[in-house]
Amino acid sequence: MRPILMKGHERPLTFLKYNREGDLLFSCAKDHTPTVWFADNGERLGTYRGHNGAVWSCDVSRDSMRLITGSADQTAKLWNVQNGSQLFTFSFDSPARSVDFSVGDKLAVITTDPFMEVLSAIHVKRIARDPADQSGESVLILRGHQGRINRAVWGPLNKTIISAGEDSIIRVWDSETGKLLKESDKESGHKKTITSLTMAADGSHFVTGSQDKSAKLWDSRTLTLLKTYVTERPVNAVAMSPLLDHVVLGGGQDASSVTMTDHRAGKFEAKFYDKILQEEIGGVKGHFGPINALAFNPDGKSFSSGGEDGYVRLHHFDPDYFNIKI
Amino acid sequence: MADVMIEEASARLGIDFSQVDLDSIHLPPGEDFGVISDDEDLYQDDHLELDTSLNNIIIVDNLPVVPREKFDKLEGVIRKIYGQIGLIKEDGFWMPVDPDTQKTLGYCFIEYNTPQEAELAKERTNGYKLDRSHIFAVNMFEEFDRFMQVPDEWAPPDVKPYTPGENLQQWLMDEKARDQFVIRSGTGTEVMCEVMWNDARQMKPDPVHRRAFWTESFLQWSPLGTYLATLHRQGAAVWGGASTFNRLCRYAHPQVELIDFSPGERYLVTYSSHAPSNPRDPKRIVINIFDVRLGKVMRDFKGSADDFAVGGPGGVTSVSWPVFKWAGGRDDKYFARIGKGIISVYETETFSLIDKKSIKVDNVIDFSWSPTDPILALFVPELGGGNQPARVSLVQIPSKEELRQKNLFSVSDCKMYWQSNGDYLAVKVERYTKTKKSTYTGFELFRIKERDIPIEVLELENKNDKIIAFAWEPKGHRFAVIHGDSPKPDVSFYTMKSGSSIGRVVKLTTLKGKQANALFWSPAGRMIILAGLKNFNGQLEFYNVDELETMATAEHFMATDIEWDPTGRYVATSVISDHGMENGFNIWSFHGKLLYKILKDHFYQYLWRPRPPSLLTPEKEEEIAKNLKKYSKKYEAEDQDVSMLLSEQEREKRKALKDEWNKWVTRWKQLYEEEKLDRQGLRDGETSDEEEVYEAKEVEVEELLDETQEVVEYDE
Repeated sequence: MRPILMKGHERPLTFLKYNREGDLLFSCAKDHTPTVWFADNGERLGTYRGHNGAVWSCDVSRDSMRLITGSADQTAKLWNVQNGSQLFTFSFDSPARSVDFSVGDKLAVITTDPFMEVLSAIHVKRIARDPADQSGESVLILRGHQGRINRAVWGPLNKTIISAGEDSIIRVWDSETGKLLKESDKESGHKKTITSLTMAADGSHFVTGSQDKSAKLWDSRTLTLLKTYVTERPVNAVAMSPLLDHVVLGGGQDASSVTMTDHRAGKFEAKFYDKILQEEIGGVKGHFGPINALAFNPDGKSFSSGGEDGYVRLHHFDPDYFNIKI
Repeated sequence: MADVMIEEASARLGIDFSQVDLDSIHLPPGEDFGVISDDEDLYQDDHLELDTSLNNIIIVDNLPVVPREKFDKLEGVIRKIYGQIGLIKEDGFWMPVDPDTQKTLGYCFIEYNTPQEAELAKERTNGYKLDRSHIFAVNMFEEFDRFMQVPDEWAPPDVKPYTPGENLQQWLMDEKARDQFVIRSGTGTEVMCEVMWNDARQMKPDPVHRRAFWTESFLQWSPLGTYLATLHRQGAAVWGGASTFNRLCRYAHPQVELIDFSPGERYLVTYSSHAPSNPRDPKRIVINIFDVRLGKVMRDFKGSADDFAVGGPGGVTSVSWPVFKWAGGRDDKYFARIGKGIISVYETETFSLIDKKSIKVDNVIDFSWSPTDPILALFVPELGGGNQPARVSLVQIPSKEELRQKNLFSVSDCKMYWQSNGDYLAVKVERYTKTKKSTYTGFELFRIKERDIPIEVLELENKNDKIIAFAWEPKGHRFAVIHGDSPKPDVSFYTMKSGSSIGRVVKLTTLKGKQANALFWSPAGRMIILAGLKNFNGQLEFYNVDELETMATAEHFMATDIEWDPTGRYVATSVISDHGMENGFNIWSFHGKLLYKILKDHFYQYLWRPRPPSLLTPEKEEEIAKNLKKYSKKYEAEDQDVSMLLSEQEREKRKALKDEWNKWVTRWKQLYEEEKLDRQGLRDGETSDEEEVYEAKEVEVEELLDETQEVVEYDE
């Protein structure tokens, strides 16, 4: 089907997130306003005004009532999804990069960038049921990554936190004690910055994308490397179909090093891989510029991509897609 | 050095070291007072540029023995001689004096600032005649020990027992008749060189040997594929053998930059250039010619870059590689280099000039050898503003007899293309138009093997067309030309042999508007790839010249290099560039089917291993070509088997992967179930894990849309 082009952001997209029901799509961009869209027809529902810097990521609670966003303005904010009002602001002394609600939405993990003298860190915050009781205290602060932490998410049953970033190592932390439990193997792991990390719906496995032009699939409990998907481009975004055994990689080189000769030189395609056989199945073209964000609708029947070009493209799959055989 | 400091310090402090029992002094553990222990010292020395080396000192022997009075005069003379070559260090001159006779001992030491200067001084003045009885003998100080150790009595060298070497041509005996290639990738500490089989049937490469840091700059096969050459700071090395690549020989040549094998791979030419001590001087160039098997220097050439520069049309003075061009054929008999107005032809029996002199050809700027015969083709440009025409001539070696000559008028440039069997020579001639403002191109075609070497002139139909590429069909009689304007040029094919008019060049066809800028004939002829490299994004057209039809068009995006395998069965297209995009190579069949692709970051070299020429006689080859069906049956059956096996394996592999995956998924599902209660707990007892479990509630909504009041008349 023809993709729906959603123009609402003025700057490159950074993150996309569907709510649990898959009827809302939240988008973050380097302009300062996260936006919510109807995931079916791409109609814009509203924006969340209040950040004063690029917004790097967001997460929405299970009941679709709360939104949390992390921004370069050194804050993470809690929002009321319905009316767009700010509920709480967590302040840090460096930009907030990644945010993720735990199972049950009682905790959130927020990563902060290294900035001036400040080292990168992973903060765990308690999320109060009533915004009036919300405190900015960190339950736990984890340090140990070299450079930026691009993504930190909760492991199964909130027992662990899985983080990855510029030092190309995936780390698994105990979310109670803050102890480092596991690190990915240097030999088999990524060779360059890990740009993205997406957890499967049931939390059993996750996929990471890296500038080393590959994406890797890992077991969340054991941190065993299961699969590797190799492509020609640095990978900026990864997503997994909840319905079929497909993995989608998005990427392209940095906007600064894109050659002007041919649109293919940048290869700004979302590439589909067979999750099990690790083979490329196909690609979806469209963006003019690298793809920065990818998300699958929880029903697996559509996905959206956000590009450096400032557009969100909403793709509903044709019926053929569900019959791909290789 | 440390000793001196201690002595100085002790003298200053008034300590007599002979009275001190050093063993009685104990340092506190872990304390070294900043003095590094000897071992560490050594370790550090390894890392530092060794400044104490003596390779910048020379010894000049056979000086006159003079008394005290004449010492200064002699010193003046020597300083004058050696000061010209390089800067003598302060206190860098020492001429010892015999304490008994107060006369000099007839030798002196000179220390330069750099080893290069010392080397140069040795080279230039060894054998210098000061007068009849004083001929200098100059040696490097470092070599002195070595010379001193030469025993006075001659002893016969130990005869080493003969150890049979490996079969260096083992790779040709591959049962599947595959070809090898070598690739180099990676930067810095991760340089990786890999030799692989091109296993086209299995659609993947089959590794043979891999090695990190195999070379410090590049790799090169010898022309017949026997050796793989690597370059290092100390020199070059060749590798080969039956299965693993063992080092066969080393060739010492410090800072070697370029190498070149003779066509029969008996000799290896190595080249290095060294920065001069005076930046205004030209670079110093050292060229060694080694015997590949013995590892022995057969001849060396040293001199300034000017000596090796070739006078181009505009008096261009740069060294073009290879400096020495080898005559064709496998016997490696002659090699030649061009100088100012001369061509120096050497022969390899004595490594000296033929007839002890070079061939004088005024203003010659280019020459080339026939690929098969000892025939030289020379080009002399126009002189005297057009009074003396430009000239192409063919010279037979060693007789130096001129076989054929052709004068050409108003020529701006010439380029020579030999057909691989040496049957034909095409000379591309750029001529000025009458106004002298622009140029147009024509070809002079020499038929070398025919009597009197007839020459034919070929001009393109549109004379103004630019020639973008020209290529002879290997072993054949056809050639292809890309001509026209750059975005969509035409490609034309010509033949030197046509049925009707023997001895006339005939055009076969012209393909209009092709996106091509390079031509790659299959080494077996017949097939050609019209390629649009670099700016043309890697367009490939596989063309059959026998049938004059396109077999396939394809694209290897951004391709920069194309190389046919030596048999003409497969083609490798590669993206070799430093912008880091798309790097890697694709392997195609000769008819343009993509077999497999490999991506490699920092991909620098792709080289097929060459094969020596076939041992079959032409008659036998013809016979095989005629009865190809009979011969190919066996291979087709093999192919069939392999492809069956392959699909079988593929199926099995997929099944295994699926099974493995399903195992994980089952495990995950199980764990997910086990954790169900915990998860509920985390969600404050909310049970639904999955979306499907909806709570259906019926809600009745009543909405009042409109309310109107109407008075209805009541009729009774």
